[in-house]
Amino acid sequence: MSSLIDLTLAESRDGLQKKAFSSHELTQAHIQNMENSRALNAVVLETPEQALKMAQLSDDKIAKGKAGPLEGIPIGVKDLFCTKGVRTTACSNILGEFTPTYESTVTSQLWQAGAVMLGKLNNDEFAMGSSNETSRFGPVINPWKSDGMDLVPGGSSGGSSAAVAAQIGVGATATDTGGSIRQPAAFTGCVGLKPTYGRCSRWGIVAFASSLDQAGPIARNVQDTAIMLQHMAGHDAKDTTSIDTPVPDYESALTGDIRGLRVGIPREYRVDGMPSEIEALWQQGIEWMKSAGAEIVDVSLPHTKYALPAYYIIAPAEASSNLARYDGLRYGARVEGNSLDEMYEATRAAGFGDEVKRRIMIGTYVLSAGYYDAYYVKALQVRRLIANDFHEAYKKCDVLLSPTTPSAAFPVGSNHDDPLTMYLNDVFTVTANLAGLPAISVPAGLDAKGLPLGLQLIGPAFEEQLLLRAAQAIETAAEFNAQPTTWWLNNE
Amino acid sequence: MSVDEATVRRIANLARIGLREDEVAGFSRELSQILGFVEQLDELDTSGVTPLTSAVETVIKRREDGVTDGGIREQILANAPLEDDGYFAVPKVVE
Amino acid sequence: MSEAQIRESRVANTPNPKNLVSGATGDWEIVLGLEVHAQVSSEAKLFSGASTEFGSEPNSQVSLVDAAMPGMLPVINWKCVEQAVRTGLGLKAQVNCYSVFDRKNYFYADLPQGYQISQFKYPIVGEGIIEIDLDDGETKQIGIERLHLEQDAGKSMHDQHPSMSFVDLNRSGIALMEIVSNPDMRSAAEAQAYVKKLRAILRYLGTCDGNMEQGSMRADVNVSVRRPGDPLGTRCEIKNVNSIRFIGQAIEHEARRQIAVIEDGGTIKQETRLFDPKNGETRSMRSKEEAHDYRYFPDPDLLPITFEQSWVDEIAATLPELPDDKKARFVSEYGLSVYDAGVLVSESESANFFEQVAKGRDAKMAANMVVGSVFAGLNKSSITLAECPISADQIGALIDLVADDTISTRIAKDIFDMMFYEGPDQGKDPSVLVEEKGLRQVTDTGEIEAAVDAVISANPDKVEQALAKPKMAGWFVGQVMQSTGGKANPQAVKVMVLEKLGIEEA
Repeated sequence: MSSLIDLTLAESRDGLQKKAFSSHELTQAHIQNMENSRALNAVVLETPEQALKMAQLSDDKIAKGKAGPLEGIPIGVKDLFCTKGVRTTACSNILGEFTPTYESTVTSQLWQAGAVMLGKLNNDEFAMGSSNETSRFGPVINPWKSDGMDLVPGGSSGGSSAAVAAQIGVGATATDTGGSIRQPAAFTGCVGLKPTYGRCSRWGIVAFASSLDQAGPIARNVQDTAIMLQHMAGHDAKDTTSIDTPVPDYESALTGDIRGLRVGIPREYRVDGMPSEIEALWQQGIEWMKSAGAEIVDVSLPHTKYALPAYYIIAPAEASSNLARYDGLRYGARVEGNSLDEMYEATRAAGFGDEVKRRIMIGTYVLSAGYYDAYYVKALQVRRLIANDFHEAYKKCDVLLSPTTPSAAFPVGSNHDDPLTMYLNDVFTVTANLAGLPAISVPAGLDAKGLPLGLQLIGPAFEEQLLLRAAQAIETAAEFNAQPTTWWLNNE
Repeated sequence: MSVDEATVRRIANLARIGLREDEVAGFSRELSQILGFVEQLDELDTSGVTPLTSAVETVIKRREDGVTDGGIREQILANAPLEDDGYFAVPKVVE
Repeated sequence: MSEAQIRESRVANTPNPKNLVSGATGDWEIVLGLEVHAQVSSEAKLFSGASTEFGSEPNSQVSLVDAAMPGMLPVINWKCVEQAVRTGLGLKAQVNCYSVFDRKNYFYADLPQGYQISQFKYPIVGEGIIEIDLDDGETKQIGIERLHLEQDAGKSMHDQHPSMSFVDLNRSGIALMEIVSNPDMRSAAEAQAYVKKLRAILRYLGTCDGNMEQGSMRADVNVSVRRPGDPLGTRCEIKNVNSIRFIGQAIEHEARRQIAVIEDGGTIKQETRLFDPKNGETRSMRSKEEAHDYRYFPDPDLLPITFEQSWVDEIAATLPELPDDKKARFVSEYGLSVYDAGVLVSESESANFFEQVAKGRDAKMAANMVVGSVFAGLNKSSITLAECPISADQIGALIDLVADDTISTRIAKDIFDMMFYEGPDQGKDPSVLVEEKGLRQVTDTGEIEAAVDAVISANPDKVEQALAKPKMAGWFVGQVMQSTGGKANPQAVKVMVLEKLGIEEA
């Protein structure tokens, strides 16, 4: 039975279709693995009963020949997505035992397609972090280890990436605001895709930074990622920023043919002090693309180094406003006070962790009187320059190739001295969020310690098909089939 | 630009986050650090550049007028920490 | 120039002696600006599909978006945009084809999002004008600075419980138009006239029902005082005044308060105040406020509001005739007095009612009937025109009966009362009543002569007095009117009496 969890999403789909096994069997296998893998702390709320109920309904549908495209496929859901009747916390104390009476659009679509929910997955509190160490439920441990140390799985979607890497479900929903899908995917040897801004609906997803957040899949390979994206994407009238453009067939875009593809190498991504392994991997990626018939183009994105500071003005600014609704009045964990203001202050002091407080305060500061022009407007102007950089670059190339992260996964607890060191994890990823462009991370190799490293591709708006096709070329060439040893399993 | 303790208190007040006295110094340090980092943007001349608020390039959709929502009081109050006779109950506001 | 200096330079500084208030140490001028919040007439809220109806059970007209649940997003109700454009046109204002919604961030129990979606830098409507009607028949132009769309807040009640407040979010998210005037008003009367005219315009346009008791229109009044010719004084804002009467009272009290403070050697603290109708005074809002830092920024969940000028022009073409234009037309077309015209156009229903009555009839008679009888009757019975028991056509028919001499104006008054007030004849057609009650005017010369003769022969002593004092003829006319049950044609009676008594018409 345990071999069922080894099947990819596509293989599971085929197996169910051919009736090689039932969704009940498949789901049960994943539930078992989920229960055995608690040492990872990837799952904050297991929903086995619901999963089995959904699996039963799926089996009925399959029997009647009415299977949906994801019928019976077990996946995990980042605890940022509101799930009807199932506690949703954004991994923050402030939401207490909040149980939404509504379902996010993205997860609705997945359930509509027949998918089965295994549980809610861990993340950095309110999606703010790059290591999943700020969660109310404690840190997630990366399935990959080195030197016997616990490593972070990346963040904020650390639970999603760890779950996928540990084969808890065949895929997971996640969100990316500054790299929160791609960086954890890279740290855990998975594929993670952040779609074009507006491709997926944000309705029902706890908002962090409205103009940067995007939902996307983390999965084991490019094909699985394409399949999941297919059913996450789409216009939603309830989200004004969601774009009304048809969702193409992503899976069929995986032709494997990238001959003539112009791959841009942005020279500014070669940052000072970049570890040689990362540089080497990048070079390797360039060679792979060349061998597959792509044309390599040297491009410049001159304002790259300003992306991170611009991001750390814009994202906190929007977050400071988006998180104002968490006040203990209508939902969540209220801390009483003798007056309304006392209640607000006590509730938010107790409910928010330090990183969230920092970002709310930075955001409040940069928007405040006297600083708005100097910081917020300035950052938005820089954002325009960064978007223009990409626009110019795409006149000379079709996709951009870079490393995903400046390092492999680092030990839990190693970056607590100052927030800035943590922020630097996002240096290669934030640009795509600022410009609203789609980007994907593909596992490309292992570092000297045997830890996974990812390569990132960034594409033009709404060119996810192109992106996936290019990503598949890397995947094919890299032949990344390393797996972590399953040290975490508790098989009692 | 450093964020002194008085500023930390003012911001925390604006954001309605209660701070313990022993937290203020730490936040002052960290926020100063972060601001020091983001101030790199001053190196850039951005005069005449239109700020980019949203990456979305499309026209806003025009929703038609009509009652399509509401009437879901149980849902609205379902997660309320304290409710009374259909109202949200909160500590008294003195006006 | 600083913003304050720019503001200062735009405010008229030529005091009208009529408006000056005398304090202990000399004259003072009151400077007033109003921010009116007008609820947009629409079925659903500005950013959600919940209903805007008044008076429902608490929290029964609240969507997940209105309650600011996690992950909720605003979606613009385009009707509200249209209503704002329509209002801008009615205010003869500049309509901006590009505007942006900003978040105004602050914490309060009735503000679920922790911010209000409003418009700060790029409002949908710019500068405009309202002409107000003053008591002496003069008019004055009051400048409109801008109009913008914003969400209304919910309602919190603080007096139901010793330690708890209760929050109802039904109102949260309803579309408001905030209409900001220039500080061009100089008296409570002017402020009241401004609100009256603004309300009439909004009601004519159908963009706001102007129902102040229900809160669909309320005013924040900015009051400051200064010595005539001096720069602007510090202003205080009196928030949420919800009747025209209270606006007047609040201004009177606040101006006096400020004058007293200054004359006592103090300075005015810029603050927000509330008007208490129970004692007619304003008091400071006791919240520990530094000046609010609202940290406005464009709402990233929305996109800019853009539309073509051609759409604005389409709307302009559908605008009804507005009160000022209608009043001018009533004066020129119907020859009405400015006063009567003003009364008739204060509500479009009244104006329409009048025109229906006046169609093909003497306008002056119509005006007298409508203003003098109908409106007086409505007032007395405390009912609205919509509840009037008689129709415009029925009034018209009554006028016709007078015009063709079927009845006298005196009888017409009686018939009106029968038709209007509660009783067996309420709502009946006038011609029916004339027949039923035999109220036809007596014009037959023979009948009149007989009646006059009868009175003359019965009152010889009065005849003697009349011969000495011709004015006594009136008594005979009165008697004849009485004896004929008021039905005799008064003019004919008078002529006959004078003739029979042998008196020359004076």
